[in-house]
Formats: sequence, C-alpha cells, structure tokens
Amino acid sequence: MKEIMLGNKAFARGLYEAGAAVVSSYPGTPSTEVTEEAAKYDEIYCEWAPNEKVAMEVAFGASLAGKRSFCGMKHVGLNVAADPLFTISYTGVNGGMIICVADDPGMHSSQNEQDSRHYAIASKVPMLEPSNSRESLEFAKLAYDLSEKYDTPVIIKMCTRVAHSQSIVETSERVVPEPKKYEKNIAKYVMMPGNAIKRHPIVEQRTLDLIKYAEETPINRIEEGKDNSVGIITSSTCYQYTKEAVGDKYPVLKLGMVNPLPVEKIKNFAKTVKQVIVIEELDPVIETHCKNIGVDVKGKELFSLLGEFSQSVVAKALGEAEKEACPAIEGLPVRPPVMCAGCPHRGLFYTLSKHKIRVLGDIGCYTLGAVAPLSATDMTLCMGASISSLHGFNKAMGDASEKDTVCVIGDSTFMHSGMTSLANIAYNQSNSTVIILDNSITGMTGHQQNPTTGYNIKGDPAGKIDLEALCRAMGFNRVAVVDPYDLAQTEKVIKEELAADEASVIISRRPCALLKYVKHKPSLHVDTDKCRSCRACMKIGCPAISFKDGKAHVDNTLCVGCGVCQQLCKFDALVDEGGNV
Amino acid sequence: MDTVNIMIVGVGGQGSLLASKLLGHVVMTKGYDVKVSEVHGMSQRGGSVVTYVRFGDKVYSPVIDKGEADYIISFEVLEAARYLPFLKKGGKVIVNAQEIDPMPVITGAAQYPENLLDKMTAAGADVSAMDALSLANEAGSPKAANIALMGRFSKYFGDITEEEWLNSLEACVPPKFLELNKKAFYLGRNS
Repeated sequence: MKEIMLGNKAFARGLYEAGAAVVSSYPGTPSTEVTEEAAKYDEIYCEWAPNEKVAMEVAFGASLAGKRSFCGMKHVGLNVAADPLFTISYTGVNGGMIICVADDPGMHSSQNEQDSRHYAIASKVPMLEPSNSRESLEFAKLAYDLSEKYDTPVIIKMCTRVAHSQSIVETSERVVPEPKKYEKNIAKYVMMPGNAIKRHPIVEQRTLDLIKYAEETPINRIEEGKDNSVGIITSSTCYQYTKEAVGDKYPVLKLGMVNPLPVEKIKNFAKTVKQVIVIEELDPVIETHCKNIGVDVKGKELFSLLGEFSQSVVAKALGEAEKEACPAIEGLPVRPPVMCAGCPHRGLFYTLSKHKIRVLGDIGCYTLGAVAPLSATDMTLCMGASISSLHGFNKAMGDASEKDTVCVIGDSTFMHSGMTSLANIAYNQSNSTVIILDNSITGMTGHQQNPTTGYNIKGDPAGKIDLEALCRAMGFNRVAVVDPYDLAQTEKVIKEELAADEASVIISRRPCALLKYVKHKPSLHVDTDKCRSCRACMKIGCPAISFKDGKAHVDNTLCVGCGVCQQLCKFDALVDEGGNV
Repeated sequence: MDTVNIMIVGVGGQGSLLASKLLGHVVMTKGYDVKVSEVHGMSQRGGSVVTYVRFGDKVYSPVIDKGEADYIISFEVLEAARYLPFLKKGGKVIVNAQEIDPMPVITGAAQYPENLLDKMTAAGADVSAMDALSLANEAGSPKAANIALMGRFSKYFGDITEEEWLNSLEACVPPKFLELNKKAFYLGRNS
C-alpha cells in the first residue's frame, strides 16, 4: 500500500516488516518517533530504557537470545552507548541488531552537531544512510539481513531532514524469520582479553568483506549525467539537495552505505568525470576516504563544516544562478522558544533568578531557564552533568559557592545519568544542593514515560521509582519536596537547604502543564483599574502575559490559571473569573 | 508539473503539523509526488516554526529555500513577515491576522512591528489576510484556526475538489473533532 510517512515512522514500519521482536530506546530529537511508532505494533516488545547505554545492552541481549532487535537514540545518545557499541562490534550478534542514530546538523534541538559517522568508523560497524522515507523503510529491512549475514550490529544513521520529513512509501506485510537458536559460546560472547584478541581479526576480516559488499550493493549506485565535467559523490539528504539543484546534469554516485566505503567503485566513477565533488554535511568523511585511496576530490573547500545544507547551498557551490526572492523586512523581533504558560519550571527559576543563585543546568525543557527574562542558568553541557559539575564546582570553591549555587535536573535526565552523579556527592561528600525538577514526564522530546512516572511506553501501569526513597537510600538526610507554583514555600526551602551544612536534594514537583490529565484552572485576567503598570508580572517571562495600552494583559487562549503571576502582583490586579485574587 | 512550494509558518503549538499533514495527504491522493518537512523538539516550545510542503511530478529536497515558495500560509502576522525572503517575487501570502507577542516584545526589549501587511505588499508579496481565529471560534474552538486557514488556502487549487479536501480531512483528524474541523474548513473556504 502507498502511504505518505514520516521518515521515522517508515523506519519503524521497516522494523515491523522485517520481524523485529525487541525495541529499547531512550528518546532524543530527532530519533524519538522510530520507537514511538514501533510501539504501536503489538507484535513488537517496545520500551523506554533509562538511557541509551541500557537500551543498546537490552537490544544486544535480545539479539543474543536469537531475536531481531533495535535501539534508537540521537547523536549525543551514541556517546552514552559508545561503550557497548565498541565491544558488540567484537562479539557480533545472534539475531539481527540495528542501532539507529539520528544526527541533528543545524542543531534544531541539540547541544552540538557531532557527526556520527566517526563512530561507525571507530567501532568498525557498518552504517547505512537513507535519504528519504522509502529508503528508511527498505534500509531497516536490509540492515537485519546484513547484520545476520556479516555477524555485526548495523547502524542506520538518520538526520533531522530524513527523520522529520514525510514522503511516499510502499508498505508490505510482516515476515518474521525463524529465531536463531541460542547456544552458549564463550569464545564469541565473553570478551575477556584472551577471547577478544581472537575476535579482533574477525572484525577486520568482516570490514574487508563489507567493502566487497559496498562495491556491489545497489544501494551504492551511479546515476548517469549529461555533463561529465563534474561527478558528484553524496549521500543522505545531500543527495536530495543535489538532485533538486542540478537534476541529471552531472553524474552522481549516491552512497546508501557510508561505512565501510567502496574503493573500486569510487575510483572507477572518478575515471569517468573530470572533477569529483563530494557533497556531505558536517565533517569530510567521504572526502577523506577518497583522498586516502588516491582520488582527487573537492569537498570542504566548496562546502561548510557547519550546519545544514539545502538545494541553494549546493546550487551556489556548483555555480548555478540564485533565485530572485522578496526582500527581507528589517528589524523584526526574534521569537525564541519559551517555557509554556503554566510550566512548573517557571516558579522555580524565578526564585533562583530573584536571589541571584548560580544554577548549573542540564538537558531538557528547563534549559530554557537560561532565556531572558529569567536568565537563571549558568551552564548546560550534557545529560547528567549538572550534578557532577556542581560537586566539582563546590570542591573547587568550597564555602564560596556552597551557599549560593545549585544544580537543576529533570526527572528523566536524573534517571538517565543523574543517579551516578548523585552517588558521587553522597560518597565524596560535597555540601551541594541538588534540585530535581520532577514534572512527571520526559518533556522536551514530546512526553515519553520514564522510570519515575509509573507508566510504560504504551501508557500501561509499570514500576515506579520513588525519588525521595532513592535519595535517602543514597545517604541524603535532607530531602525536601516543594510545589513550584507556591513561590513562598519554594523560596523558603531553597534558602534553608542552601544554608544547611550538609548536602541536600530538593524535589520541585508539579506535572507538566501540557499533560492531558492535568486539569487547568480558567484563565486569569487583569483588573485594569488595579494594575499600576509596575511590570512585576512580566519578570517571570510567561508567554500569556503582555503589555497592552499601558497595562498588563493576559492572553486567555494561553493562560492556564497557574497563579504564579498573582503572587508577584502587589496590587491584586490579576484576578480569576470571579474577580478574586 | 513543476513543483509547488508551500510554507506553513507560525508559533509553536498553533497546529501547523495538522495543516501540513492535511495538505500532504490531499496532494498524495491526487497522485503527486510529495514531501513534507516538519520541526519537532525544542523549536515547538512557543518559538517560530516552519513546515515545508512540496508537491509535483518528482520532488527531491524536503526543504524550501529563499526565493522558492509559491505560497506562505501563516498563522501569525510577524511570522509571515519573517519568512518573506523565502517567497518568490509575486508569491502569495495567506495570513491569519492574529498578532502574538514574542518574548522580546513581552519583556519590553523590542516592539511588535507596525503595518506588516503593508510592508509585505510593498516587498512584492500578494497578501491575503483573514481572521481565522474568529472563524475557528465560530466553528466551536480557537484550536481550529489552522483548518480555517487551510479552508481559505484550498480555494487556490481548482483541480482539488471540495470533496477531496474533506476526504483528506477525515483521514487526518480524529473522529470526535471532525465536525468542528469540517465547519472551520467551510468557513475558511467561503470567507
């Protein structure tokens, strides 16, 4: 059947059609929907794991047991899962195993734009790179066959524009292969030195075998062109930009497999054209390979190392004419992302900002605590870094930082990699104040369950980790819970815990305002007779509050009646439906 | 047929994903090749969002570049102005007349610009403004402003019938919201 499908959904469809049995992932834009869509098929066991390392090891276990498995993550997630990756490369698989990594060139929703192809090279694992939804589906099926044939995990690299664009796919029925038999095999699966030494040459031979495959496979294909003065080597979304920019003007070598890369195919292609140009986003991976095998190419001298490309970027580099556009209107204010109206993080960040407390931050919606007017956050690095960095900061500064520095970390991020950092504070004893922002969901990636929410990926009841009990079990005597909608209580507890002479954990607990089960109060409005235009209510950066005709104004389509602004108004001008404060 | 390029722009949370889904579906059922590119994640949190829809005989790139858009459908005035350099000279802007203050305006660091519709026309755009929010309220919910806007947009494609639009609406909207959205679509189409 022909359907229009998101790249990630098509990937999930490919997993389904190929008989995938076990899926374990950690959400991360732009990879999340592969797993969310896979979870809609009852035939596949799917779960959200606490982090990517766990997810990859779960997928490995399922493969070891003989079933086809999958784990998905964003590019920075593969950093977390790099440890198992490098050794699964040695053990190989039993049932087929696919690792999805989704890069985010242009950083639409990420803290860096690392190029995941380096991981495929470094771990010596094959990597396929689809360029649209149809290939996302087909490559998922192909990857399982390659995984089982070559005894290797296979990485499929997505990027934002393939993961999050819809195009037309042809679907077919699910075919479940006979599960592989599990047999104990110490030499293959127990990676202690004596065994691993014997596995390494097998890995090197596998790469040679895969290079042979790369020479022959139809997913590395040459498309004829009219003008042989230039030949283009490209892959993924850059292939689409190239075809959009120049059509069939120049011959193109379109690579569907980006590790290992073919040698003879590239050399033979180069012989048919005067100049080879490599078009690839981020790092010069294909370009470097070409130069290493003695093929003279142009790449990064024409194209940037930064951000996303487009058809215009390619057209310009190839000397094509630019298109005439409407001129820009100057002086337009920017519209950055903001914390939503009613966001429970707002009251907490307002309190921290008000008292000029240093805030070491983490990854999630609450990264937006760094945005004006709250501008509360001092540092954001990677998942879990808030807690460990606070410990280091306090060890370095001692008394000079302990009383006015905190860290903030979300519930899901805490489960991901905050727990081990907290164990370090408990063990190595810094007087640190850790704030867990428990909004009962993984927010930024679009509401995924996690080990603290009590529900699984399908929304069914599941195990629920008790944060307070966990912190106490680690040895924290001071564990406080606050409601961030209550500014007075939040302020009092933060002051108390910073003043305390031992480490403490504050759990700022209030579910995300966008959760369907959260009941909102009616919108507030401004009693313009009482409003003195002092702008105190504007200090919290709520998108529902603006200034109209010299007075505060509440947008009733956005306001959820959280009441944080009411606590800032000294003139009782923010009132509910009944005119009450 | 040459590829038709449509940008759907607005503020995160206004429903551009449903609008692009509807458009992608209806042109696919007409037999065109189609690509729709969306933005998920951080940009959705009240920031400026853009969705690209491209259809024709053969579509390669999922994105639209400066000077390529035949249409900009905007849920908000400032966002229409922001993406104007993506519009072809003489291209059409269909804009919901709603103004939503971005955070720099809320904090007083910037002013919401005046006369943007006139400025867009002066820059060479064919601007058509409508009050999609009022039509959506009339249909029963302010959330249906996206579909009211798509109703207005549907008038520009003579070869897609009203029935075909409604069939796609039925395929894209949950049954319990179908009547509301149908009503909003008609109100937009007949506005």
